[in-house]
Amino acid sequence: MTRESPADDLRLADLTKRFGVFTAVDDLSLTVPQGSFFALLGASGCGKTTTLRMIAGLEQPTGGQVLLGDRDITGLRPHKRPVNTVFQSYALFPHLDIHENVAFGLRRRGIRKVGDQVERMLALVQLQGYGRRRPAQLSGGQQQRVALARALINHPQVLLLDEPLGALDLKLRRQMQVELKRIQAEVGITFVHVTHDQEEAMTMADTVAVMNAGRIEQLGAPAEIYEYPATAFVANFLGQSNLLTAEAGGRAGDDVRVTAHGTRFSVPAGRARLVDGPALLGVRPEKLHLADGVDRVPAGHQHVGGVVTDASYVGVSTQYLVRTAWGAELSAFAANSGVAAPLAPGTAVTAHWDPRHAFLLPRAGADERTEGRLGQPPVGALP
Amino acid sequence: MELRRWLADRWVMGVALLVLGYLTLPIVVVAGLSFNRPSSRLSYDFDEFTLDNWAHPCATADMCDAVVRSMEIGLIATVVSTVLGTLMAFALVRHGFRGRTAMNGLIFLPMATPELVMGTSLLALFVAAGVPQGFWTIVIAHVMFCVSFVVVTVKARLAGMDRRLEEAAMDLYASEWQTFRRITLPLVLPGIVAAALLAFSLSFDDFIITNFNAGTTVTFPMYVWGAAQRGIPPQVNVIGTAMFGIALLLVGASSLRGRRARRAALAVVATPASTGRP
Ligand SMILES: Nc1ncnc2c1ncn2[C@@H]1O[C@H](COP(=O)(O)OP(=O)(O)O)[C@@H](O)[C@H]1O
Ligand SMILES: [Mg+2]
Repeated sequence: MTRESPADDLRLADLTKRFGVFTAVDDLSLTVPQGSFFALLGASGCGKTTTLRMIAGLEQPTGGQVLLGDRDITGLRPHKRPVNTVFQSYALFPHLDIHENVAFGLRRRGIRKVGDQVERMLALVQLQGYGRRRPAQLSGGQQQRVALARALINHPQVLLLDEPLGALDLKLRRQMQVELKRIQAEVGITFVHVTHDQEEAMTMADTVAVMNAGRIEQLGAPAEIYEYPATAFVANFLGQSNLLTAEAGGRAGDDVRVTAHGTRFSVPAGRARLVDGPALLGVRPEKLHLADGVDRVPAGHQHVGGVVTDASYVGVSTQYLVRTAWGAELSAFAANSGVAAPLAPGTAVTAHWDPRHAFLLPRAGADERTEGRLGQPPVGALP
Repeated sequence: MELRRWLADRWVMGVALLVLGYLTLPIVVVAGLSFNRPSSRLSYDFDEFTLDNWAHPCATADMCDAVVRSMEIGLIATVVSTVLGTLMAFALVRHGFRGRTAMNGLIFLPMATPELVMGTSLLALFVAAGVPQGFWTIVIAHVMFCVSFVVVTVKARLAGMDRRLEEAAMDLYASEWQTFRRITLPLVLPGIVAAALLAFSLSFDDFIITNFNAGTTVTFPMYVWGAAQRGIPPQVNVIGTAMFGIALLLVGASSLRGRRARRAALAVVATPASTGRP
């Protein structure tokens, strides 16, 4: 409502929500800097909507706090919060026309002259002239933009978007992603954007928080998370990864020594989340290269031998599956740049990678969330 | 061949017209008889065309008294049962409380009970309680059976309403009262109006329960029943036709309004360049 000093970051402190014995949001803490585009990424059912509802005041947390700047808004009623929501299903008022839908927030705060503001907002979302229509007379994409205009017109300190593009087809979704980014840059409001689409999160947000089972697994810039994931869940939820079951064997200079299936590897210490103990050695498929002999592996690269078991041509690249001597399947993407001839299944190859592109994650034996993936890297999962 | 094709395409339409005729025939007869000047008090034939009945609907004074009384009872019963029933529907849909399931079942009881049973048991109750029979006992009885219908009608509308709309309103700075006033009420209103109309027609029409609890008060259905023994005055048909006409007018007006709103909205869309509201 009122614009305050720039230090109006949104902070969640130990936020918890239980439904009976089920914990939907588990001791969540994070800071969303003012004016940033923040994405909350996670699979369906991991607690994203519940988190947003607690920020909006539609759900009372079981524990923890919601803070805006220094102000604790945990107990504030929804209509007292300078926060607006674009709902997953849009929730447009069916009995009001588009003009009145968009004007709703202004009118509730006693503002009489709303016409100009509404027109400007409809122009921003490219819906000029649609003011007299009812929501049911608009397409999904148009309804989505009305929902956005209805929230934005109030200039909230924080705008919450709950999978706003989920109901749109792919082409429109890509278009709206660009639109949303443009609008966010234009109005400078903090956006908290919930999505289960990793590509959407990475292309749109300044900061991505990957959520799993009510907790934040990792938080950071998209490239940061993608290049150096913190957990096996993140490594596979954001893109895909080859994860080899390994043992970390202490430091050697700037590197951490790793043994996997009897072969010695190393990872730069800056890319290892542990020095000793059970580990997962990770390499992204696009950073795993295939050569037709050990002598063709570039100096400094590490390698494992294997046999191509599958080659799928997907236009820009070819995706190979390589079976190692110990039976694990590795996935490798080769750009179709016309340099190398395609490899036929059955070809013996050497898979190699630059250790600066590898990463080392802890392998917690008791960790149910990663257990299913241990020793069996993702097989041919398409990005 | 051609003929068979023509028939095949249109037989459903024909059946529909027959059913429509079946439904409207009694109304047509009543409307026709409202212009009749019967030759004798017990005649049901169309004897002579006249506008007298419409010019002097209250020529039979008792009848108009009965109509006014039925209207009074109907209005009071409608208002009371609509308010009570709506509140009850909100309680049943929106609030969890002990015995809600039982309450949901009990609501149907007055609808399922035969009117004769309800009429006699109410009579027994009033007599036992020493309440004199008359206008107010009729109102109490009518409210009782109307409430069930109101609850069921409003409940259906309320249950079909998306709770997220109210959450969206609160998210957009509407207080609890404003949310109710601007979102909940307008969205549930068609259900409430339908319930009120239903309650009024049920009350206006009721004979059996009323007859047991009326004492010396005479409602319109009771008057018609009594008059049937001595010959029904043709003005009864005027009242019947007028009631039907008013109902038709209400339905027509509401559908016309809906259509006009739709057309206006589409007209604006056809010329997207025109901005602003007229
Ligand atoms: N009102 C509720 N009562 C019980 N369980 C709920 C309720 N709301 C959400 N949940 C549960 O909490 C979990 C997280 O839900 P939600 O936040 O909607 O997930 P997401 O938006 O990430 O898909 C789900 O398992 C869901 O079943
Ligand atoms: Mg959700």
